[in-house]
Amino acid sequence: MAEPRPVLEMTGIVKEFSGTRALSDVDFRLFPGEIHALLGENGAGKSTLIKVLTGVHPLDGGTVVLEGRPVRITSPLQAQQAGISTVYQEVNLCQNLSVAENILIGREPVAAGRIRWKELRRRAAQLVTRFGLDLDVSAPLGSHPLAVQQLVAIIRAVGSGNPAAADEGDAAAGTRVLILDEPTSSLDRDEVEELFALMRRLRQDGVAILFVSHFLDQIYEVCDRMTVLRNGALVGEHLVADLDQVNLVKLMIGKDLDELEELSEHHTEPDTSEPFLKAEGLSRAGGIAPFDLEVRAGEVLGLAGLLGSGRTELARLLFGADTSDGGKVYIGGDQAALREPNDAIGRGVAFLSENRRTEGLVPDLTVRENIILALQAARGWTRPVPASQRDELVAKYIAALDIRPADPEAKTGSLSGGNQQKVLLARWLLTQPKLLILDEPTRGIDVGAKAEIQKLVVSLSEEGVAVVYISAELEEVLRLSHTMGVLRDRRLVARMANGPDVTAGRVLEIIASGEHQ
Amino acid sequence: MSVIDGFRTRAEGLRLLQDRRLPVLVTAGLFVLMFGFGAFRYQSYGFLDAQVFMNLFIDNGYLLVAAVGATFVILTGGIDLSVGSVIGFTTMLTAWLVEKQGLPLLLVAPIALGVGAFGGYLMGYVIHHFEIEPFIVTLAGLFFFRGLCLVISKESISITDPTVDRLAQTHVPLPGGSFLSIAAVISLAVLALAFYVLHYTRFGRRVYAIGGNEQSALLMGLPVAGTKIAVYTVSGFCSALSGLLFTLYIQSGDPLHAVGLELDAIAAVVVGGTLLTGGSGYVIGTLFGVLVLGLIKTLIQFEGTLSSWWTKIATGVLLFAFILIQRTMTGRRRT
Repeated sequence: MAEPRPVLEMTGIVKEFSGTRALSDVDFRLFPGEIHALLGENGAGKSTLIKVLTGVHPLDGGTVVLEGRPVRITSPLQAQQAGISTVYQEVNLCQNLSVAENILIGREPVAAGRIRWKELRRRAAQLVTRFGLDLDVSAPLGSHPLAVQQLVAIIRAVGSGNPAAADEGDAAAGTRVLILDEPTSSLDRDEVEELFALMRRLRQDGVAILFVSHFLDQIYEVCDRMTVLRNGALVGEHLVADLDQVNLVKLMIGKDLDELEELSEHHTEPDTSEPFLKAEGLSRAGGIAPFDLEVRAGEVLGLAGLLGSGRTELARLLFGADTSDGGKVYIGGDQAALREPNDAIGRGVAFLSENRRTEGLVPDLTVRENIILALQAARGWTRPVPASQRDELVAKYIAALDIRPADPEAKTGSLSGGNQQKVLLARWLLTQPKLLILDEPTRGIDVGAKAEIQKLVVSLSEEGVAVVYISAELEEVLRLSHTMGVLRDRRLVARMANGPDVTAGRVLEIIASGEHQ
Repeated sequence: MSVIDGFRTRAEGLRLLQDRRLPVLVTAGLFVLMFGFGAFRYQSYGFLDAQVFMNLFIDNGYLLVAAVGATFVILTGGIDLSVGSVIGFTTMLTAWLVEKQGLPLLLVAPIALGVGAFGGYLMGYVIHHFEIEPFIVTLAGLFFFRGLCLVISKESISITDPTVDRLAQTHVPLPGGSFLSIAAVISLAVLALAFYVLHYTRFGRRVYAIGGNEQSALLMGLPVAGTKIAVYTVSGFCSALSGLLFTLYIQSGDPLHAVGLELDAIAAVVVGGTLLTGGSGYVIGTLFGVLVLGLIKTLIQFEGTLSSWWTKIATGVLLFAFILIQRTMTGRRRT
C-alpha cells in the first residue's frame, strides 16, 4: 500500500483530569482505507483519546489535523459533521423502531411535514444492500440479533454524514473516519465475521477505521496497523504484520507474560472420587435440553459453545437462578432441590454472572461493602459480621487478588472492569465455596487481569475447589480445563477429558457440526 | 449459511407473536366478541340498533380524547395523573366564564384549551429539566388543578347558555337514521389527527424513539427535551379539550367532575395494547380500549339487574388480563 497523506493526524495530545494526566504527548494518525487498532490495557488512555477526538472531552494541548486542515472539535455533533462517526460497545439504537427508521430517524424524507415511508424504506434498503447485507428493513430492530443491530448502528453512523452523497452511490456518505469502540465484545464468532466483512468493505471505500478490541486474534485478523498506548503515553505505532502477539502483549503491559505461558499445560490426572455435583437429565424448556454433568472437587470443567448456545442457561440451572423443569441435581451425594440461588449458596455453590454490572456489583457501594455482601447473606441479616473481622477479611482479599486501587472505601463503580471482576470473585471466595461457577469471567478485561484471574482458577482447583468455567475464548477453556463440555443450540453435545488430543480445531468442529465421536 | 440467514427463519416464526399490532387485534377481537354477545343476549331489546353503537362514541367521546392524550405520554414511557383534574378544572372554568362572566363560548374554549396546554407544558418542563419522575410531578398537577376548581366555586355551576345548549343538542345525522353528537365527531377527528401525527410526522416517530430508549434517542441526535415537553403539552391540551366535551355532555361545571378519570384513560390505553414502559402501541388500540370499556357499561345497562359497580369490576379483570398478556409478550421479546 502506498502511503498517502493521513486523513487524521493528532499530534502532542494532552488531556488532564483534575491534575492527573490521562494523555501526555500522544501522537496518532490514521490513513484512508486502513483499519487501525488502538491497543492498551484498561486505563491506558484509549477511551480518553477517542473522547477527545469525538469532542466529548475538550483538548488540553496538541493539534488535530483532519484532511490537511487543523480542526477544533468541541462536540460529538460537530465531529459527526466533520466526518468522524462513532459506534460504541452498547448498541445505541431503539429496539422498538424498524431497521429503516433506526438508520434514518432524524433525517427522514418528508414532504410537507409528512414522512414518506416508501422513500424512507427504499433509502434504508439501498444503504443496507450497499453494505452487502440482506435485511428486512421494515422489521423491528429488536427482532434481529445483536450482531445485526451492531451492523445497523454502523450503517447509521456512516450513513449519517451527507444524505446527498448517499444518494450518489457513496455508501460511506461523507464519513472519513469511523471509530468502533469494542463492537465485538458481545458478538459470536460468526457475527464477528459479518462485522469484519462490513469493515473491509468500508476500508475499500477509503474510510479510515479506528478499531478498539480486547481480542488480539481479531486485531491480527482484520487490522493493518496499530497504535499501542500505556499509562496515557504512546508506546509505538506498528504495522500488524511486523509485530507478533507475544511482543505486542509485552508492549501493552510492559512486562513478559511468563506466568501466562506457565499455565499453558495445565492438564492433571482426573480425580476419580465421587462427584461434588452431579446433574441427571436436568433441563428447562426454552433454556436447555436435558443434560448430564459431573464436577469433582478440584476439577475445572470448561464449557465451550457459541453465544446463545445455552452456556449461561446451564450455569443458571446449576445455581438455582432459574428453576429446572426436569431432571435431578445431586450436591455432595444428596439430591438437592434448587428453587432459588439461596438453596445453592447454602450447599457451597457460588456463581459469577457474565453481566457483572447488572447482576453482581452494586456500583454505588464501596469495595468493602461489595466484598462482604455474600458472606453477610450466608450468615443471615440478623448476624452482622464484626467490624474488625470484616476489615481484616477485606484487606486480605484486596491484597490476595491485587485489587486496585487497594482502597476498601472506593466506590466499586469507579473501578476498571478487571478490578470489578476481582471484587466479585473476592465476594464469593469469602464464602469458601466448594463449587465456583464462572460465566465469562474474563470478558472485557485487560490481558494482565485475565492472566491473574486464570491463575487464580488454577490455584483454587489445586486447593480442591470445583470450578465450572464458561468462556467464549476457546484457548482459555482449553488451557484451564480438566474436562470439557461443548454446547450447541441449547444442548450439551459433548463431554470429554481434556488432553493433548483435544485441540481448538476439534472443539470448533464439534461446535460447528454438533457431532462427537 | 450466514448468521443473518439462519436467524431469519427463526424471526419469521416469532414474527406473529412479536408483532406489535397483535395486542390491538386482540382488543378489537374482544370488542367484536363482546358486541356479538350483547347482540345475541339482548336481541329483543334492540341491541342491534345502530344508535346503540353510535352511543358508545357519544357517551365516551370525552374519554377518548383524554385517552388519546394519555397515549402520547405513555408511548414515551411517562404517565400523566393530572388528566381528571384538568378535565374537572376545565368544566369549572368554562361554566364560570360562560355563566358568571357572560363570555361567549367561542372565546372561552380557546382560553380553556390554552390553560390546559400550558399546565401540561409546565409539568413537562419540570419533568425533563429537573429530572423528576412524571408520576410525582403530575400527581402534584392532580392536586393543584383539583384545588383550583374549588377556588372558582365550591358549588356546581349549571350552564344555561343557549350556544352550549345548541351545541350539546345538535345531532350529526348518519345514513341509516342514527346520529352522532358534535362531541363524538370532534373526538374522532382528534383520534385521526393523533394517528397522523404519531405515524407520519417526525415528532411522532421521536415519541416512539424516546419510549424505546431515551438514552439512545439522545445519542442519535434527536431533540429529546422538546419532544418530552411537547408530549405533556399534548396531554394537557387533550385533557382540556376532553373537559370542554365533558361540559357539553353534562352541561355544568362541578369541582368533583371527572375525579379519577385519568385512571380510566390509562386503563383504556393499556387495554388498547400500549405498553406502559413506552415505545410500543397504537392510538387505534386506544380507540378500541375506550370502546371496550364503554361497551362494558352498555352491557351492564342492558342487563338491568346489575349494579353499575360491576363496570369497575369488569374493567379491573380486563386490565389484569391485558397486563398479563403484555408481560408475557415483553418477556418473550427479551433475549
